[in-house]
Amino acid sequence: MNKPVNSTRRQFLLASAAVSGGFALGFSLPNNKARAAEAADPTRVNIWVEVAPDDTVTIRYARSEMGQGSFTSAPQLVADELDANWDQVKIVYVDVNEHLRNNRAWGDMATVGSRTIRASQEALRTAGATARAMLVSAAAQQWSVPANEITVQNGIVAHAASGKQSGFGALAALAATQPVPETVALKDPSAWSIIGQSVPRRDIPASTDGSQVYGIDVSLPGMVYAAIAQAPVFGGKLSTFNDASARGMRGIIDIFAIDDDSALVVVADNWWRAQQALARVEITWDERGNGSVDDASIRAFFQEGLAATDAAPLPNSAGDVDAALSSAAKVLEADYYTPYLSHTPMEPMGATVQIGADHVQVWTSTQSADGVATEVAGALGVPPETVIVHRVQAGGGFGRRGGTGDYGKQAALIAAKLPMDTPVKLLWTREEDTQHGFYRPLAMYRLKAGLDADNKIVGWRTRIASGSLLGQMRGIPLPNGVDAMATEGFTRLPYLVDNQDHSYKQTPTHVPIGFWRTVGWSQTPFAREQFIDELAHAAGEDPLSFRLRHMAEDELSRHILQVAADNAGWTTAPAAGVFRGIATTEPYGSFTAAVVELSVDASGGIKVHRIVQAINSGHVVNPDNVVAQLQGATVWALSAAMWGEINIERGRVRQANFHDYRVLRMAEMPKVDVVLAPTGGFWGGVGEPGQAPLLPAFCNALFAATGKRFRELPLYHQGFRLV
Amino acid sequence: MELLINDQTHEVDVEAEMPLLWVIRDVLDMKGTKYSCGIAQCGACTVHIDGEPVRSCVLPVSAAVGKRITTIEGLAQNVAHPVQEAWIRHQVPQCGYCQSGQIMAAASLLQKIPQPNDADIDAAMSNLCRCGTYARIRAAIHDLAGTTPEVAKA
Repeated sequence: MNKPVNSTRRQFLLASAAVSGGFALGFSLPNNKARAAEAADPTRVNIWVEVAPDDTVTIRYARSEMGQGSFTSAPQLVADELDANWDQVKIVYVDVNEHLRNNRAWGDMATVGSRTIRASQEALRTAGATARAMLVSAAAQQWSVPANEITVQNGIVAHAASGKQSGFGALAALAATQPVPETVALKDPSAWSIIGQSVPRRDIPASTDGSQVYGIDVSLPGMVYAAIAQAPVFGGKLSTFNDASARGMRGIIDIFAIDDDSALVVVADNWWRAQQALARVEITWDERGNGSVDDASIRAFFQEGLAATDAAPLPNSAGDVDAALSSAAKVLEADYYTPYLSHTPMEPMGATVQIGADHVQVWTSTQSADGVATEVAGALGVPPETVIVHRVQAGGGFGRRGGTGDYGKQAALIAAKLPMDTPVKLLWTREEDTQHGFYRPLAMYRLKAGLDADNKIVGWRTRIASGSLLGQMRGIPLPNGVDAMATEGFTRLPYLVDNQDHSYKQTPTHVPIGFWRTVGWSQTPFAREQFIDELAHAAGEDPLSFRLRHMAEDELSRHILQVAADNAGWTTAPAAGVFRGIATTEPYGSFTAAVVELSVDASGGIKVHRIVQAINSGHVVNPDNVVAQLQGATVWALSAAMWGEINIERGRVRQANFHDYRVLRMAEMPKVDVVLAPTGGFWGGVGEPGQAPLLPAFCNALFAATGKRFRELPLYHQGFRLV
Repeated sequence: MELLINDQTHEVDVEAEMPLLWVIRDVLDMKGTKYSCGIAQCGACTVHIDGEPVRSCVLPVSAAVGKRITTIEGLAQNVAHPVQEAWIRHQVPQCGYCQSGQIMAAASLLQKIPQPNDADIDAAMSNLCRCGTYARIRAAIHDLAGTTPEVAKA
């Protein structure tokens, strides 16, 4: 880092080493493309360790905190290798502007894909180990003893033979002058003392007394407020507006269109006043040809996708499925449907922007702090390095805040229309959030498979019709026409099938789509893991044993499936009237399986008696936090199962708020038993994998209870409710 | 208008129909009380009015005049409230955004029913949480009440 030691604060930058290339005190990153490319490597160290004279160890955290807990768990990785005293560790965010001015030296800040730990763990542990080595080196020099006789434990550096020992603080200045070791050995997992501990999350106390600051809470002198109405039909434009009755209302400062007439904005001295005035503006919108799109037309388009002859084959297609199916003893075919879904994080979208003479400042809840800088800079035509993004907690993210280029850009465009230095806070209503999301893609699946006389699966065909997140949202050309997200779960079946034929047909509509928690894995298992159940039923076999029989001996899914089954007492019959369903998945580098126990009454009331969720994430950094993530996954899966749908009519979203976009409430939350079954040997994600097997396990249990297969969501359409 | 919030009086010059939430947040700059739905569906804006939990996003400020208003900031001044302590002990919050409202609802529930059963909790705790902290909220309330959850609702 090219920032000199801050001697005025009498703190010392101790170490910031790179996996390769060296990255240390006083080190300056050359401003060239090669270095920029290297810095973008996600394995690169992206954290500093700073030690103050009072032994306080400051660990920087580069990504975002939105409730997933890695503001605490990522620094655990650093602190463990450092052998720090966790009570002396202070965690602070990486300065985004410093990051941008130094060619994104901390690597990827995007907090997505359940990858904060798994993509950063080596770099973070290396940063800790490097800092430790430099403290040891300093102690060896100061005490004139061999470095290899020095131990570090719980924040104390000691030399047993001489009886010398010291805290980190007294060694920091000397340590900062030590050469940065080119390589350091990382601990064997058996030696971990902070990794693997359920240390309390550092951000939680502030969330209990109202002091936690979210994007919506930013308050600045002279700040004004903006309310927004976006074109109700996606892609629409403002045609005309009459603000005569709104202009004179109390507190109204200005009314104008932004972003190529895609939205109308009212600026006032108070957000409620801005919103009241906006409701009085008479607006007509140009629907740009999309005003007749509805659920039926979308469904017809997706049906065409299922039947299209030009679908792109997945690379794992093998053998001759047609021949296998023609010789099969039994052939099953089924279509599955999963609707568009909204993220609806509790904190609505919004951002505060202040444009000054030299800098643009932004305060917003985001999963992509550096992405916000890029977005705002792009909107204003200024270099990203001049944008200062202030870090705040996000009131839920779930993929909605991952650099979508909407609310941040809008706030910047609004600020640009106001006098310089005027801070403006844009806040969307819940209705704007519900109706202007980046929705979990609607997807349809057509599955066909055959069993031979021994009830072995001899052929399996999958056709997926879905939008493409990479193609539509990111503009990335699809390799061989296949979207990796839409096909998750089918690119490698955990089941042994000699003849497989999987294909994907991109079905883009005008509805914006985005990364919804658990992404493709939130919906593909609904089809795959129900279909395998259908095959088991056709074979007259227990769904667990049918799955296991089709798995290789070294298939890691076997283990987690068995763990879930054992903890649910799968081989013991449930109570009379209670039925079980099971499913297994391999999402985000982890393995997750679930067993759902439920009963159904005559009026369609579903009572979930218990859910067993099991995860093998390889290693576990903070067990209690993993449990929390899996408990939360239940809310997502059951909400999607029972009520989740975004309907399109007249080109726009029908739902508006929590009254018609139903999500799970306390009274509907079932008992959840989370089983952590880490085998070691790899690092998997934990934020998203929990949800993946829940939806099919739930529907498989519903089949067991009712004898009916439900292949379309949500289930309230079939008369079901949770009791 | 004069408002009594957290034992302090505030003189505010606002429209009578402005919801109490926006007076608290944007006029008086107390940000612990949250906006999320604006139609009394989610409970993120829950405050106490004379000890009762109220969804402040739909309450005209004029209706709160002359009453005792308590926000999350005033639930316990200078010391942690037992509910807040239990929330930390059980590591309840994830993103934390709904938790001001959850804590206000729980504090009110425990005030009225010191030993709530699961049905009491279900009835009183209708606030939404998208992260899915319900199981821990329930556990924290049972902990405070010295009660044990029913088997089906741990």
